[in-house]
Amino acid sequence: MAKHKVSAYRRENGRVGVRNHVVILPVDDISNAACEAVANNIRGTLALPHAYGRLQFGEDLDLFFRTMIGIGSNPNVAAVVVIGIEQGWTQRIVDGIAKTGKPVAGFSIEGKGDIRTISEASYQAKDYVQWASELQRTECDLHELYISVKCGESDTTTGLSSCPTVGNVIDKHCETGGIASFGETSELTGAEHIVAGKAVNEAVRKEFMAAFEDYTKLVFSERKDDLSESQPTKGNIAGGLTTIEEKALGNVEKLGKRTKFVGCLKPAVAPSAPGLWFMDTSSAAAEAVTLWAASGAVVHLFPTGQGNVIGNPIEPVIKLSGNPKTVATMKEHIDLDVSKILQGEMTIDQAGDALIDMIVRTANGRLTAAEALGHREFVLTKLYRSA
Amino acid sequence: MIHFLVHDASDDVGVAVVDISAGSDCTGRNLTTDKSLKAKATENVPLGHKLALKDFAVGDSVTKYGCVIGKVVQPIKAGQHVHIHNLKTKRWA
Repeated sequence: MAKHKVSAYRRENGRVGVRNHVVILPVDDISNAACEAVANNIRGTLALPHAYGRLQFGEDLDLFFRTMIGIGSNPNVAAVVVIGIEQGWTQRIVDGIAKTGKPVAGFSIEGKGDIRTISEASYQAKDYVQWASELQRTECDLHELYISVKCGESDTTTGLSSCPTVGNVIDKHCETGGIASFGETSELTGAEHIVAGKAVNEAVRKEFMAAFEDYTKLVFSERKDDLSESQPTKGNIAGGLTTIEEKALGNVEKLGKRTKFVGCLKPAVAPSAPGLWFMDTSSAAAEAVTLWAASGAVVHLFPTGQGNVIGNPIEPVIKLSGNPKTVATMKEHIDLDVSKILQGEMTIDQAGDALIDMIVRTANGRLTAAEALGHREFVLTKLYRSA
Repeated sequence: MIHFLVHDASDDVGVAVVDISAGSDCTGRNLTTDKSLKAKATENVPLGHKLALKDFAVGDSVTKYGCVIGKVVQPIKAGQHVHIHNLKTKRWA
């Protein structure tokens, strides 16, 4: 593949981002109001309200901190204002983000109240947004972008067209030294043997199968029926998918033909080397993309059949569809139409090149459909209930 | 015009890539062998849904992508619509 260049932001730690957000990050649910007030005061900032951050513990708390620090550390983010109810956890997130070298400041509400906190944080946010507005895009290589992939509202056309299109890009991206990640543990059911066969070595294969079996155990201990009510989803079934096996076999077309995956990641953990990585994620779109954004992914590729509308506040989500009905009826959500594949008028390789072109344009600043429509789904993964 | 596509040489169902009406003679293509295929639909098969390419008895497996995607729970004749009314998962059972 020819070397593609993008015009992007190289951050203090050398990582490349394609957006330049100044994020106002709440540590906890009760700090959302203050964060939204700061974002109202200062144009060009982005508050990320969420539902958690109190009385979590154990592995669930570790994932929470990893997610919050990861979101602030994402190269699509220029600077961060962190606001929490108390100083301890606020500072822990500030310190985590500060390791990237980017500007970050924390404010806590206890002993001060919302109004003074909002005032102090607004002064800081204004400085950051003016500083960030002068940062310049520079020429970077496409392979420097960390790309995540997941499909949603799949149907049989995703397995025929949009998923193999993403697979084609994965092959091309990873061959040039790029980083990519796939996940959706539950939606690999029925194709787990194919995924296992794509592990780079026996250790990685075992690690993948352990994650897959852990999930299967969880599902069987929680289940009250055979799960066919939720997998495939009603939308999948309307689109012609009958069983989870069929859905999974279409899903894994996204992994490419030639690429082996080089390792397994816990949710929201950043890959440590180039290549394709498995991440143990939920198959729910907003949760999964949030985990990838927290792991540092800067562009997401999202094949859809029946028409999923998801976006993410900091990681642009590029949607492609090969279903000609969806491309017509939900055109405002689709960034790339690959429906010509179904009639043999476009090859998978041509569609892959068209998707690479769309990645380059998105990296250079083109707003995705989800960005233009204001989709900012920021959904934390919760492993179990809080104390 | 192509009416249906087949992923693998060993598959026994095709995927409608247009809305197929009962009674129509259909042209298909196998994506692995690039062979042209013919089938007669005896039921409506909406875009994205599956068309049986052979007869199946209850308990038979259905193959797509060269892999088993489930078990037959109602007899199916070639040309019929294959979906949740006659095919079920073998997993989570």
